Amino acid sequence: MKYLKQWMLILIFTLLGELLKAILPFQIPAGIYGLILMFFCLWSGILRKDQIQETAGFLLHIMPVMFIPAAAGILQAGEELRKIWVPALFAAVIVTAAVMAVSAAAAQKTSGKGE
Amino acid sequence: MGAFFRNSIFAGAALTLASYEIGQIIRKKYRSALFHPLFLASVIVILILKIFQIEYEDYFRSARYISFYLTPATVCLALPLYDQLHLLKRNARAAAAGIMSGTLTSFLSVYLLARWFRLSRQEYVTLLPKSITTAIGIEISEELGGIISVTTAVILMSGIFGSLMAEFIFKICKIEDPIARGIALGTASHAVGTAKAMESGGEEGAMGSFAIVASGLVSVLLAPVFVKLF
Repeated sequence: MKYLKQWMLILIFTLLGELLKAILPFQIPAGIYGLILMFFCLWSGILRKDQIQETAGFLLHIMPVMFIPAAAGILQAGEELRKIWVPALFAAVIVTAAVMAVSAAAAQKTSGKGE
Repeated sequence: MGAFFRNSIFAGAALTLASYEIGQIIRKKYRSALFHPLFLASVIVILILKIFQIEYEDYFRSARYISFYLTPATVCLALPLYDQLHLLKRNARAAAAGIMSGTLTSFLSVYLLARWFRLSRQEYVTLLPKSITTAIGIEISEELGGIISVTTAVILMSGIFGSLMAEFIFKICKIEDPIARGIALGTASHAVGTAKAMESGGEEGAMGSFAIVASGLVSVLLAPVFVKLF
């Protein structure tokens, strides 16, 4: 029953996220609204960690699998991807390298100063 | 085979899980970042669909029951975030600096890239969320009118290439601080990069997980602005 209850709570937070997305005008995914809500409830003590821990841990553990159906959708994108594969590759390699370097340098420079 | 697959409710879901399992076996055998189980699994699914001439729609009609869990799983990212609150408080300034500068670099570079290659608005939006986690990236692409499947592909490639290049980049830029490494891996290469950060240690992995969520949130707010700029 423990897992069922945890799953119910997680689904309720997801549903609330969906509801917020429907009501509010921002382009924010339902999952993010749910995440912020759940974080706030954990932080304020409304929700206890042990009320969701095992089921949340399981979902996070198997999360990579949930991306496979969308990734396989590249079959459909073949035509579109062929059109922009050069800039796409640039974005994936060069831009990623730039982001990593800038982000790491900025974080290392400021790290420790806050202590 | 094709006809059976088309009518089956479970074939696509089973194929998805089996492909991931095979991907993990290959990954265990050849310890290389190139053999990311998610990447391998997607290739295996694509190959099987091609070989047996199964339409993607027929596959997805069953596989969507796996995708269903993506939103609840995203909500659950609140838990590791809450767990790492103390580490975050101590490194708040470094995290904010690394994540903000990284996300801005990503958007600005894609913007310049789109100008340089004279991309259409749709193609530009498709590439824009390339460094953030797939769950949020897909949503941003969808909301702003991008091509989701291409976005997914570019996000995956950013994750895999980022993990591959990380050691080299950190060496050149003399990045030794595990906090900075974790933040950079999460900001540039989302969950795939964070998986690499986890291998290096708790602090690095924790900062990576936080960077996934925070850079995703910053991107949600920044993306519409960058779309207007174009």
